[in-house]
Amino acid sequence: MNVVLNGTPKQVSENTTLEVLLRDFGFPERGIAVAVDGSVVPRASWPATGLHPDATVEVLTAVQGG
Amino acid sequence: MDDPLIIAGREFGSRLITGTGGAANLAVLERALIASGTELTTVAMRRADAGGGTGVLELLRRLGIEALPNTAGCRTAAEAVLTAQLAREALGTNWVKLEVVADEDTLLPDPVELLDAAEQLVDRGFVVLAYTNDDPVLALKLEETGCAAVMPLGSPIGTGLGIRNPHNIEMIVSRASVPIVLDAGIGTASDAALAMELGCDAVLLATAVTRAQDPERMAAAMRAAVEAGRLARQAGRIPQRFWAQASSPGRPIG
Repeated sequence: MNVVLNGTPKQVSENTTLEVLLRDFGFPERGIAVAVDGSVVPRASWPATGLHPDATVEVLTAVQGG
Repeated sequence: MDDPLIIAGREFGSRLITGTGGAANLAVLERALIASGTELTTVAMRRADAGGGTGVLELLRRLGIEALPNTAGCRTAAEAVLTAQLAREALGTNWVKLEVVADEDTLLPDPVELLDAAEQLVDRGFVVLAYTNDDPVLALKLEETGCAAVMPLGSPIGTGLGIRNPHNIEMIVSRASVPIVLDAGIGTASDAALAMELGCDAVLLATAVTRAQDPERMAAAMRAAVEAGRLARQAGRIPQRFWAQASSPGRPIG
């Protein structure tokens, strides 16, 4: 199935959890936060959070700014 | 600490809050941050690169400087609330510099969305430092909403035009019971000193340092200016007079 990861469609297997998605795409383990379909998913819930087709996943981190 | 800045019960020895945006690279930023003496520095929240690092956070951790996430780039209360929640999750802090701007030309705060976002974030337990217009009415409303600090602009972000309405800043300061931080528009050291002379509790600036020809030197200048302005405010300046007044007694002859 497809999910939209930071604005780009990505092909993932049906039973991919959020934790696996983040690991497979090589995001750093610390200093990131994730919203799925516009709602924040706390880090503790990543392993148990499944993804549905066309889910919108935003992964944010701190950058220079302000 | 002799004269700490206190925000939401937390003490800071420096009254200069810096931003990290605009620096050519992290090495330049590091030297500027050290020279500024700051203890609190803003970072923005953006999409993470797959396989990327979090360089600015590691730098701040190494320097012992607290990261203050902002909601820069948000146009609506909903965007700002979500960004603040993500920042809390990513950085493990419930402090946020709330920024909700109306358009790209002015980057001026949208007062309606700003107040709405401030209410929602205070309700959700955030320590909100609100970037706002130099509007004494809105500043008071933000304080009443529960913001931990109110941060009026001197002039639009990145312009370096200084403090365009000093009287408004004085009015905001005169009836505030939370810290007032002059945020945005600082161009050079005298602007920062003026903010403190007007009674602001702190100054927040980024571009004036990071885009200066010598960021490290300008950071040192800003540190000195904030300290000088604070001392002058506490010392109590002389009243302005129309006619001259000699400082030496009488005349030597006659």
